[in-house]
Parts: sequence; C-alpha cells; structure tokens
Amino acid sequence: MADAAASSTTAPSTRRRPSLADRGLDGVTLLLLPAALFIVLLFVYPFLYGLVLSFMPKEGGWLGNYTRFFSDPYMYGTIWLTVRLALPVTVLNIALSVPIAMQVRHMTRQRLLTTILVLPITLGTVLVAEGLLNYLGPQGWLNRTLILFGLIDRPIRLVHNYWGVFISLVITGFPFTFLLTLSMISGIDPALEQAAATLGARARHRFAHIVFPLIVPGLAVTFCLAFVDAFSVFPSAVMLGAPAGETRVISFAAAQAAFEQYDYSYASAIAMIMALVQFGFVGLVLGLRGLFYKGPVGGGKG
Amino acid sequence: MAIASTGFRELRLDRMSRNFGSHNALKEISLTVQRGEFIALLGPSGCGKSTALNCLAGLLSLSGGAIWLDDRRIDTLKPEERGFGMVFQNYALFPHMDVRRNVGFGLQMHAVPRAEVQRRVDEALDVVRLASQAGKLPGQLSGGQQQRVAIARAIAVEPPLVLMDEPLSNLDAKLRLEMRAEIRRIHRLLGSATIYVTHDQDEALSLADRIVVLRDGAVRQVGTPQELYRRPLHADVAEFMGFRNALAGRLVAREGAGVAVDCGFAGPIHGQPVDIGDAAAGAGVTVAIRPADLVPAPDGPIEAVVSGIEYRGESYFGTATGPGGQELFFRADQPLAPGEAVRLGAPAERVLVYEGGGANG
Amino acid sequence: MNMDNVLEKLWKTAVWAFVILFVVNVVAMIATVVVNSFGTRWLNSWLPVAFTFRWYAAAWKEFQLGDVLTVTFQIAGAVVVLSALFGVPAAYALARRDFPGKPLVMVLFLLPLLVPPITFGVPLATVLYKVGLAGTMWGVIIANLVPTLPFTVILMIPFIEQIDPKVEAAARVFGAGTGRLFFHVLVPLLLPGLLAASLLAMVRTVSMFELTFLTAGPSSQTLVVALYYSVFAAGVRAGQSIDAMAVIYMMSTLIWLIIALRFVNPTQIVARVKKSPA
Repeated sequence: MADAAASSTTAPSTRRRPSLADRGLDGVTLLLLPAALFIVLLFVYPFLYGLVLSFMPKEGGWLGNYTRFFSDPYMYGTIWLTVRLALPVTVLNIALSVPIAMQVRHMTRQRLLTTILVLPITLGTVLVAEGLLNYLGPQGWLNRTLILFGLIDRPIRLVHNYWGVFISLVITGFPFTFLLTLSMISGIDPALEQAAATLGARARHRFAHIVFPLIVPGLAVTFCLAFVDAFSVFPSAVMLGAPAGETRVISFAAAQAAFEQYDYSYASAIAMIMALVQFGFVGLVLGLRGLFYKGPVGGGKG
Repeated sequence: MAIASTGFRELRLDRMSRNFGSHNALKEISLTVQRGEFIALLGPSGCGKSTALNCLAGLLSLSGGAIWLDDRRIDTLKPEERGFGMVFQNYALFPHMDVRRNVGFGLQMHAVPRAEVQRRVDEALDVVRLASQAGKLPGQLSGGQQQRVAIARAIAVEPPLVLMDEPLSNLDAKLRLEMRAEIRRIHRLLGSATIYVTHDQDEALSLADRIVVLRDGAVRQVGTPQELYRRPLHADVAEFMGFRNALAGRLVAREGAGVAVDCGFAGPIHGQPVDIGDAAAGAGVTVAIRPADLVPAPDGPIEAVVSGIEYRGESYFGTATGPGGQELFFRADQPLAPGEAVRLGAPAERVLVYEGGGANG
Repeated sequence: MNMDNVLEKLWKTAVWAFVILFVVNVVAMIATVVVNSFGTRWLNSWLPVAFTFRWYAAAWKEFQLGDVLTVTFQIAGAVVVLSALFGVPAAYALARRDFPGKPLVMVLFLLPLLVPPITFGVPLATVLYKVGLAGTMWGVIIANLVPTLPFTVILMIPFIEQIDPKVEAAARVFGAGTGRLFFHVLVPLLLPGLLAASLLAMVRTVSMFELTFLTAGPSSQTLVVALYYSVFAAGVRAGQSIDAMAVIYMMSTLIWLIIALRFVNPTQIVARVKKSPA
C-alpha cells in the first residue's frame, strides 16, 4: 500500500507531460492579454467587420460595391492615380536615402542631422502641406529664388497639382526611409568594407559588392513600409493637390464615400481594395526579397 | 606552389605618427622590414599596435611621417591602392559570398581574367587546406575554418605584405596552437613580409623573426625573440616578457660584468646590468627575475614567507612575501605550505638589473 | 587611378549638396509658416510689410484654440497613460517569455503600425459609429490607441530586454514580492525608456490626423484636424491666422519631440519598427 501511494505521487512528477509553464505559458505571459485583446477587438475585428460589410451593399448583389467601383472609371481610376504618386515617390526616396546614408554614417555629429530630418515626420502631413502651400506658391520663396537666379522667367505652378503632392510626399517620406536605411547601413560591420578596401575594391565596388547586397533585404522592407505609407496619402493630396482631378487618391474616395455619402458599406469596400493593392505590392517585393542573402551582417564571431 | 608574394626589397616606416585629437596614439615609429621577414608588433592593449597596423593598411591616415615601399611613398595612397593583404581580428568575411567568392574577391577587383581567378583561388584554398569547403557560406564554417578563409583571401592577391590583426584571439587554445603553425608555414611558402599584431608574447616568440615591443605608442625595443626573451632592454619590457618579479633596490657594488644589489633581503642579489650605464653604488635600480628562475635555495639571499602554492604539473608555482612586503613569484619542485619560511635564489646570469628604483608591479 | 579619386570626391560633394538643399527647403518651408503667422500683409514681396502678434489672438478666438488645445492634450494624455498601462506589461511578457505563437502575437502588434491608418480607419470608424462612440472623446482615444499601444509595446521590448533577468532574480531571492519587485526594481530601471516611449506616443497622437479625422466629432477635434478643416475651408479666413494656428500646433508637437530626443537616438525610433518584420 505504502509503495503504491509513493509511486502514485512520484510517477506523475517524473513522467509528466510538459506543462504550460514549461512551454513558457505562465502568469507573466498573461500580462499580454489585455493589450492583445484590445488589438484584436479594435484592429482585427473592425477590419473583418469592414470586409463583411463591404459585401453587403446598399443595393445590388453581394459583389455590388466592387462591381460599382470597377465599372466607374472615376472610381477605379483612383488606383492608378495613387500608384502614379506613391511608386515614383517611394523609388525616389530610397534612391536618395542610400547614397546619403552612405555618407552620413561616417559623420561624427550625426545626431543633429538626423534630428533635423526627423522634424518633418513629427510635424505630420497636414503641417507640411500648409507650409508648402505658401512656400511653393506663385509668390512663395522658392519661385522667388528661382526667378532671382534667372532659372525661370515666371513662377512655375507647384501647388494644387501632381507636383505639390509629390513634393510633400518626398518631404514627409524621405526622413523615414533615410533613417531606416541609415540604421541598416550602420549595422554592417565596418571591417567588411575595410577588408574589401585592402583587397583593392574602390568605394563604388565596395558599395556594389558588399554594402548593397547586404542591405537589399532591408531595403525591400523599407520599400514596403514607405510605399504603403505613400499609397495611403490623404491630407496633402486634398490640400496641395487637385482632389477632384489628377490627385484624386483612393483614400480620398473612401473618405468621401463614408462622410459625404454616408455609405459605410461602399467606403469599406474601397478601403478593402486599397488594402488589397498594398498587400499586392508588399507581397511582390517581399517575394523578390527571398532571392537575397538574409543572414547576419555583423561579420564573423566579433 | 605558384602562389608567391609580389617582389619588393624593403618596407620602411619613417617616423610614422598618428594622433586622435590631442592623444598621440603613435609616436614617430621608425622601422625597416625586409622581404620575407615575419614581424610581430607586441604590446599590451592600448599600446598603439592596432593603430600602427591600420596606418600601414591605409585604413587610418598618418598625422606625420611617411611609409615607403622601396622608392615609392605609399602612406598617401588609399587602402585599395596599396595592394596589401589583411587578416582581421573577427575575420570580416563577406557573409553573403561563398568561400570561393570571398577568396576570389581581391582578384576580381584587380580585373584578373576569370580562368586565372579560378586557378589562383584553388591554389589559395589548397594552401590553407580548405578546398573541400569552397561552396559554403562563411556562416556554415567553424571559427578555425573562417580564419583559414580570411588568410586565403588575403594571400590570393599575392601581396608584398600581409597584415594580421590578432587573428587568433577568437579561437580556443588548441586551435590557436594549430593555426600558429599554419600561419608560420604559409608565411614561409609565400615569401612575403608579414606584420602580425598580438598581445600574446608566446605567439610573438614562436612566430616572429623580429619582435617590435610597443608601449604608449612608442617603440620600446626591436629584436629577435631570443634577444627579447633573454635580455629585454627596459624594465617595463622585461615585465611584459614575463619577468614578474620586479624588486626595487640599491646598487651595492660592481663585480666585473655583474652587479650586486641590496633589495632589503638578507644578502645582496647578484645580476647582470642592462641599462644602468656607469651608475655608482647607491643608485636606485630594479631587479627583474622570471618566476621560473627563482627557486628555493638554502643559501639564497631572499628570505620570504610562502603565501600560496599551486600545482603546475612538472613543478609548483608559489607566491611569497618578502620582509619589506615585496611580492615574489617563484618555482618549486616540492610543495610548500603557506606560512612556511623559505629562502629563494636565482642564478646571477638570469637576473637582470635596470635603472630606476620605482618600477614594480 | 587619379580619375577614380576625382570622381569619388565629386560624388561626395553632390550628395552633400543635396542634403543641404533638402534641409534648407524644409527649414524654409517651416519658416514660411512662422513668418506668415507674424506678418501683417504679405503679397508680392520677400517679407511681410510689418510684423504683428494679432493673428495669434485672432486664431485663438476664431478657432477656439483654448478648447481645441484642451481636448488635444486630454486625448493625448489619456492615450499615453493607457498605452503605458497596457503596453508595458505586454512588452514585459514579450521580452521575457518564449511561448508558442509568439511570432503571431508580434505580427498582431506590428500590423497596426504597418497598415496605414486610413486603411483600417474607415472600418474602425464604422464600428465606432455603430456602437455610438464615434464623435466622442472616448472614440478618438480608442482609435488613437490602436496604433499607439503597439508602438509602446514594440518600443519598450528592447528597454526591458536590457535589464538583466538576474537583477529580478536577485530581488526575488532577497524576498521582494511581485508588487515590490515591480515598483522598486523594474519601474526605476525602465523609467528612461518609459519616458521616451510616452513622449513619442504623445507626439504621434498629437500629430495623428487620419484616425482622429475619421472618428472625431465637433467637440472632440484635435488641433491637427482643426488645422485641416481651416485650410480646407480657406478663403473665408485670413491665411495668417491659419498659419498662427499651424505654429501653435508645431510647438505642441516639437516640445515633446525635443524632450524625447534627449532620451533616444532618432534612428532607434524607426529602426525598431524595421527589425521585427525582417
């Protein structure tokens, strides 16, 4: 009897199945719950609700909203108008960020420059748009300076059109891509480039053979983030662009559907289409990224 | 083996200096290196040895002086224009290239034809005995293998000068001994000059033809391993070379080539003067003795109390305290108990006497 | 050889020239707003005819900036406090525990940061309208928490990882209970990180246009939305008083940013977002 009792108490502890705590699920993990629940409730649920809502149009079959969107050139045209803004801006921002980050990383007083560059991010799109309205306007300092130096005869039109929005997207988007690129490039072990230099690689070869291949995966992610950001351009497209014409972006169409026509079902459908286009680009870029080296870039066992 | 270094006669450092702000990291280093020589830059951390190597490679610019390769002044050239091979402390292998491309990188940069690159990469991999790993990425190799790739990469361009920056410091003790022999073998094979930075005197002694001891950015002594081991020219070099017993004392008398020094023990210590010139009796000096040379002897001049003893296989290693509180390190064939009184002595020809009485510890 | 060196110098110069050009233009753009807000009349000239403070008084009255600022900081304050309250424990769990499904949870926290606010803002606003929260202050607070809470979590993880778990173990060995451990060990060690995260969350909330725009009613507008409406309906009002408001808005975000930058490096702020999805 005593033996049986002893073995029944020890057996489970020696041969028990891995408990939840062994797998890392204990009280501490529960601290996650409130935050996770909040995100599920207010991010995932609205998204799914929107998705379902988009299939319940005010009139027509379950695909009514989508057929309505894609049969109206004024609506489906917004996709192209938005891509036409977001894609060149993103490519330009990355093309500018990489060479500048390559130079800035050697700077000793980096912090000052990076702080100046962070400014436009924190000011936000609305303030930048308001500032550019004056600055780029026909009487603004930019046109005045260009005329002063004899580069142009009369003011060029930079606001209430494509270029106004384009410039505002560069100003708010560049700092973001730049800081991401800088942190990526600074993460590469300087010894790698030094080694390449001692082996006879000039600056441009070091970039082409060492630095660039190592940052391509990161650049792809940066591209996705920057593109998605530019694709959802809203206030500056309205304030600086021509919201009825060449900068009628898709987010404006969604906001109009929601707040001017009070058709939340249609607005949700537009938001879903917007998300779909974004995911499409992101998927494409991340797919291409899979072709590159993605391991650590810190060098050997330093 | 076809791999061989590009010909040159000598590399000359002429008062090479480097400042970081107001800190003089290198103070007028002058040195001439012959082709085929293996030079070790030895010194404690912060002595400027890595700075010197980076200046040679062109990764740091000079604040003064010049570097000459035969008749060509090279210190104004960028690293990519110098054509030296360099092995980095953390190997700095390109993580996204396989071994073959890593080793061939320098050749590719020098626009060597593809077939030629192929051939020379194979040779370099043969030299470091890594031919079977050619297709792997650096991340898939062990530390020792990565080190071999780094060496192969540096020698594939057949450089006149190979620079090595503490290449063995990341390896474990056994591998370090193995790689030491490899580095020596490869150096002979190439016939290039090698400049090897290390803080490990064993490494320097076993590898180098000549050792350059640096301290606070200045050259303290240049010599063969034998010279440095037997007769360091300064008390601080002696201490770095393993003369752990540094005893302050006063010169008592000269005895032909030798001297007698009173360090406050029962009798005078007899030794060889190194840099005391014609100092007269009464001058302050430092006596330097290796622990291995200081042994218990019934008539030894140093009386001390054993403070600790540890077994080292072939003998015992002890610490003791002298009457004036001096800290002593000695060797013993028999175990001694802490607290036991002991008399220690060393053969006069192994005791070195330096000027200045303040150097200890 | 020499040609290479010349080209490298030229390239370097060109890159720096561009950086200077960019910075000058950004500064000039900001300066335009500031100068205009102090100018009396500014037409067809480099600078306004004279300078005055009256646009600030006008803007204050016209846009009820007193109320708007109060609302803005009430909302931002609530968002910051709630993000810290929910975010720090979550970050602690993510920093200290490895459990099945952790990558999934990370994605859950990253998505609201990566998906642009306007994309999820429309469905979110729809839901908030349905439950009657849209247009109220709580609606705006909840909407702003969606990106800010994950932002705090992601930002706090590295700060918590920096604290050696042995310190906590030591505190426990010496008999500190969970509560005392938290208040006497963790909070003091986390304070710099918490402060930085809170300040940045503050900046984000004050400058968050899209979500506030989609969920705010007339009484729950923040400064940035008020600014948008005033520009949108421009023409009726003097441009200078809009710019005066813009300057006030600028100050309300810059103060927090400057304080925050004393604690963190700007690259760290963004680098965090990048590292996780890679």
